[in-house]
Amino acid sequence: MAGYVVRRVLIMILLLLLLTMAVFFLFSLLPADVARLTCGKICTEQTLALNRARLGLDKSVFEQYWIFLTGLFFGRTFGEGPAAVVCDAPCLGYSFTRNEPVLDLIVDRLPPTIFLAMGAFVLFIIGGVGVGVYSALRRGRWQDKGVMGASLIGYSLPSFFIGLVAIYFIIIRWKLLPFPSYEPPWEDPVGFVQTMILPWVVLAILYAAFYTRLTRSQMLETLNEDYIRTARAKGLPERVVVRKHALRAGLTPIVTAAGLDLAGLLGGAIILETIFSLPGLGSLAVSAVLDPDLSILVGVTLVTATFIIVANLIVDLLYAVIDPRVRLS
Amino acid sequence: MSAPFLVVEDLNVSFPTEDGVVQAVSGSSFSVQQGRTLAIVGESGSGKSVTAQAIMGLLNRRSTSISGRVVLDGTDLFALKEDQVRSLRGSTMAMIFQDPLSSLHPFYRIGDQLVEAVQVHGRVSRADARKRAIDALGHVGIPAPDRRVDDYPHQLSGGMRQRVMIAMALINSPSLLIADEPTTALDVTVQAQITELITTLQRESGTTLLMITHDLGVVADMADEVCVMYGGRIVEYGTVDDIYYRPEHPYTHGLLASVPRLASARVERLDPIPGNPPSLINLPTGCVFHPRCVRRSEVAGNLCLTEEPTLVASTPGHLVRCHLPIGARTPGGDAA
Ligand SMILES: Nc1ncnc2c1ncn2[C@@H]1O[C@H](COP(=O)(O)OP(=O)(O)OP(=O)(O)O)[C@@H](O)[C@H]1O
Ligand code: SF4
Ligand SMILES: [Mg+2]
Repeated sequence: MAGYVVRRVLIMILLLLLLTMAVFFLFSLLPADVARLTCGKICTEQTLALNRARLGLDKSVFEQYWIFLTGLFFGRTFGEGPAAVVCDAPCLGYSFTRNEPVLDLIVDRLPPTIFLAMGAFVLFIIGGVGVGVYSALRRGRWQDKGVMGASLIGYSLPSFFIGLVAIYFIIIRWKLLPFPSYEPPWEDPVGFVQTMILPWVVLAILYAAFYTRLTRSQMLETLNEDYIRTARAKGLPERVVVRKHALRAGLTPIVTAAGLDLAGLLGGAIILETIFSLPGLGSLAVSAVLDPDLSILVGVTLVTATFIIVANLIVDLLYAVIDPRVRLS
Repeated sequence: MSAPFLVVEDLNVSFPTEDGVVQAVSGSSFSVQQGRTLAIVGESGSGKSVTAQAIMGLLNRRSTSISGRVVLDGTDLFALKEDQVRSLRGSTMAMIFQDPLSSLHPFYRIGDQLVEAVQVHGRVSRADARKRAIDALGHVGIPAPDRRVDDYPHQLSGGMRQRVMIAMALINSPSLLIADEPTTALDVTVQAQITELITTLQRESGTTLLMITHDLGVVADMADEVCVMYGGRIVEYGTVDDIYYRPEHPYTHGLLASVPRLASARVERLDPIPGNPPSLINLPTGCVFHPRCVRRSEVAGNLCLTEEPTLVASTPGHLVRCHLPIGARTPGGDAA
């Protein structure tokens, strides 16, 4: 087991390194002239050259990558002299449109995204897995057909549609909730919940549909296994057979999907954050595109992809916890 | 003679499916005295496992139509609530399955699976249950049981896993043990060991045994009585001697001819019965065995195609379902 963990962690570090490379070179291939983007309205050749030097764009791409990489570990300075800007490690870049290190911007925007992701995650895992098990146990009966039909609808509706419909009816028509305005939970717990509840539910519906179908098909498969018959032959109550034997055996793909989905959500739910005006990573990315500010996009992409890589590692480690055949081979 | 320990009366089991109704068991009746062994023999698909599952209450009551009676030690099992049957499963009656590789849960230690079997039927502390699990593993011949108890199923060989299954079935000292082809999935060398183990344990404990197999050779030394099934029906039922030395049904005869170590003594050829088992959705008319029966031409008229024979006694206790049993063809004779 220990060897397995070490191996997986090493692979992850390698992947992260490749990731910084991929992201960096991808963005440096863009036809945009970053120096001009940060140059301002009255742009002279001089300021442009100054900008170039400050951003390190006068160096070769490989040198730039090296500076970027060392910046991640040791921090870096943009420009020289009194106009120099210091970016502490881990430096993901510096936004000259907002005059802030990218990392600070991201850290600022992280809480709403994390709250949105976690809340929705808890809802759709409990809901999706629960309903999926229920549906599998009533296979072919009207309850099952109803659940399957509903999940198909939830599965195929786009998030902006459900989001806008929810806003229209619940906030505008029926006035059940105030207009969303995000406040951190420690400042205004009630307002926080009032703002988050709709995006939570909308996101949960979208994802629960998938988890319902996945759980149902997993359960139908494992319920047919020989060891389930053994469990029943032992005289175990059906509830134990279902939870401890069948669900556990079908958990692996659910855990995989859940890990990656959570990571994806932590990277920001662009559409829902925009619709519900949540100041999260997703809306940061949107405004960075509109500005445009490439340094922020590089940072957000890097962070998002890191979440996914780390989630992958966690999922792989969970496999080993779930399935002893992985652990012991 | 005391009342039989297990009585099955007119058992019918059918599964409605998309393709039609699968008539898996039709009008089976048999009984076993306490401590004795009844073998149920037949080809694949003849309804052996379904019969066993019906007795154990393992068939889904909602999606299966079941009729008849199963009486275990005086208790009518079909009259019980599902939860009452559940509490008998694994304690009063237990079952071993065909494929030990897939019959144990791959994610749990074998010890935990045994402990679970103990604890579901009584208030036993974990430590005591574990002690019982280790004892049970030792009893079925697993070396170093105190270490093996913490193994996962995939760390054991097929034969060892079947021993674990046997330990699990016997851990609450059931009075009825059903073994559903316990050796079919194992290596030939291991088969004999497992069969012997089951026999020994049964003698020791006095458990009533229902032994299911498609191989008549396996049960020759084990069974007291044998029930031959074909197409969901019992076609012949009698003592081991009846079945081995005085088979009356052409199907039983064919089965015996396909058993290597028995065949040499009885017939020259070693032949599986030609043809395939019948479709249980569209059963043949008349005698379900007629499409494969080599002797139906000897029966007058079209009787075999038009009328289903009933199970009648040729001698007391020896029942045959055939219009013209073999004994009747060659008077005074033991088979052709
Ligand atoms: N749940 C079910 N739904 C539909 N058909 C079933 C079901 N269970 C069993 N059957 C059918 O019933 C018939 C008898 O099956 P059974 O398992 O009793 O055969 P068997 O005699 O045990 O054969 P084998 O030697 O292959 O184990 C088969 O045709 C099988 O396909
Ligand atoms: S009834 Fe006819 S077809 Fe059926 S086994 Fe007897 S002889 Fe053969
Ligand atoms: Mg079977």
